[in-house]
Amino acid sequence: MTRLLKSREFWLAVGIALIIALTSIRSSGFGTPGNIAGIFNNTSILIILALGQMVVIITRSIDLSMASNLALSGMIVALVNAAYPEIPVPLLMGLAIFCGLLMGAFNGLMVWKVGIPAIVVTLGTLTIYRGIIFLIAGGQWVNADQMSADFVAYTRINVLGLPLLSWYAIVIIAAFFVVMTRTTIGRAFYAVGVNPTAAIYTGIDVGRTTFIAFCISGMAAGLSGYLWVSRYVIGSVEVASGYELNIVAACVIGGVSIAGGIGTVASAVLGALFLGVINSALPVINISPFWQMAISGAAIILAVILNARQGRRKGRIILKDVEAAQ
Amino acid sequence: MSDETVQARNIPDRLDSPVRAAIFSWPSLLLLVAVVIFIINSFASPYFLNPWSISDATFNFTEKAIIALAMALLIISGEIDLSVAAIIALCSTMMGLALQFGVDTPGLVAIGLLTGLVCGAFNGGLVAGLGLPSIVVTIGTMSFFRGLSFIVLGDQAFKGYPQSFAFFGQGYVWWVVSFEFTLFLVLAVIFYIVLHRTSFGRRVYAIGNNPVAARFSGVRVQRIKFILFCLTGLMSGVAAILLTSRLASTRPSIAFGWELEVVTMVVLGGVAILGGAGSIPGVVLAAIIMGLVTFGLGLLNVPGIVMSIFIGALLIGVIALPVLLGRLRTRLSKN
Repeated sequence: MTRLLKSREFWLAVGIALIIALTSIRSSGFGTPGNIAGIFNNTSILIILALGQMVVIITRSIDLSMASNLALSGMIVALVNAAYPEIPVPLLMGLAIFCGLLMGAFNGLMVWKVGIPAIVVTLGTLTIYRGIIFLIAGGQWVNADQMSADFVAYTRINVLGLPLLSWYAIVIIAAFFVVMTRTTIGRAFYAVGVNPTAAIYTGIDVGRTTFIAFCISGMAAGLSGYLWVSRYVIGSVEVASGYELNIVAACVIGGVSIAGGIGTVASAVLGALFLGVINSALPVINISPFWQMAISGAAIILAVILNARQGRRKGRIILKDVEAAQ
Repeated sequence: MSDETVQARNIPDRLDSPVRAAIFSWPSLLLLVAVVIFIINSFASPYFLNPWSISDATFNFTEKAIIALAMALLIISGEIDLSVAAIIALCSTMMGLALQFGVDTPGLVAIGLLTGLVCGAFNGGLVAGLGLPSIVVTIGTMSFFRGLSFIVLGDQAFKGYPQSFAFFGQGYVWWVVSFEFTLFLVLAVIFYIVLHRTSFGRRVYAIGNNPVAARFSGVRVQRIKFILFCLTGLMSGVAAILLTSRLASTRPSIAFGWELEVVTMVVLGGVAILGGAGSIPGVVLAAIIMGLVTFGLGLLNVPGIVMSIFIGALLIGVIALPVLLGRLRTRLSKN
């Protein structure tokens, strides 16, 4: 019980519930299950992206190229769909994930084999991937009328009261939960993040683990690419422009430590939901949407301050940092 | 992890001669690249070799380059500021707001600089005062500062800056030499002296290489980091004045995405992103290279978004290439 009270995830969940409750006072419709399900559905893509980012951040890296990866993967499947409407959508989703995987793998290889810091690599690929969209689409948009009915429907079909988009998020959350808590690679991510030196001594290949983390974030971005284009029925160069920081913000608010090693599936999901709930609550309480940016900025700053307070009681690192010596 | 890293950490018996070291240094490589791009540009477009064209070319990088000077010091000290573009937006908004109350040019400049300084101090306080990681803090303040200007402006814009204010971004000091470019050169010299010729500069390197050792040698690590954040904020304020004056208007989306270009400039200039190494001449040359590339491509009617591919590839390429070449060399020498 005390463990629950001390956990960040618990208080974040309480905070989210509080925002929903307070907003419901203003507008009674806000707290209804239907509306909450709607908020979850709106946040689904951010949740998937935040989970991918979380894995990368846990291994002491960062992936700033996710939004560009998303936009490029989304554009590719949108173009394929426009040209060959008969290709079944699940295949296109596979294609989107594969495109994302390739882009993530490129980031990972640069970090692993060439040894460029993750922030530099992904800063570069952030502009490169988005630039490629312009090249392959010739600066054109892919509009709703060019997409097949299935392509648009596969995020909207209602299954057991929830749109498919929400179900994708639920399945992905479950998959990440299993990987992070029940598999060797999941433990390896944490080991690499907490102490890379110790990880090497226990036989974990730090570079390879980081590479896999980037592949995972790439796949998450690729899948989100399809979901985004299908959900908002538009493929363009501008898709999700600047969204990379929202993804990092969701992780940070959830309590994923930028120093690596700390963060759970629940934290990434709750961080994303927190942003989602705030974004939905603002219009309801008559605050102009222009406030959104400043509020999420303030939320990030506050979250970092709280994180730091919690992380103060850290153990001493006994082994010398091999990474720093390299 | 392999033997090449071990080799790299070996201390050579004899250091290269200073001349040799200077020839093979990063800034000389950049100089070579700049010259090559200059020559390619002059062949690629008949309009390039014209003093006015080249003068125009300086406009699209000087504002970013001025921030890059301060950012270089910050990154050398092991921190980063991703909120610089947002600071520009907030400075510009505050100036626009002051304009609505009839403040004239000197007042506008003072407000721009002061806002930048306050924003920088805010970042510095959070990072140096509370010991928070700068990358997350400045991602937060990036939304926060720009968010504030969105709150003030919404979808509106401030216009009607006074005629005397236009000089900063549009005026010329002598013939084709713009005020912006002159200011950039003066600041570059000042930053060069501060980083390479003062004990303050040595301390910045010391902090970047090993903050703990620096602390034990009596360097006030947190205070210097705080000063560097203030400096970066101040330079963003300067850039905001120049940009606002050049555009003669303020929108909340002003300078959107610049933070990445500024960081690219600094890294391209040979500053180690993990801190501890880098030089001002490198950053100045990198700024000029980026300016030449974008301007040259612009003359060839290449759209801005495609240019960004070049910039991104340049960023990864210049760092990856020496690593890969070095690896190739060790492999060849082994056989």
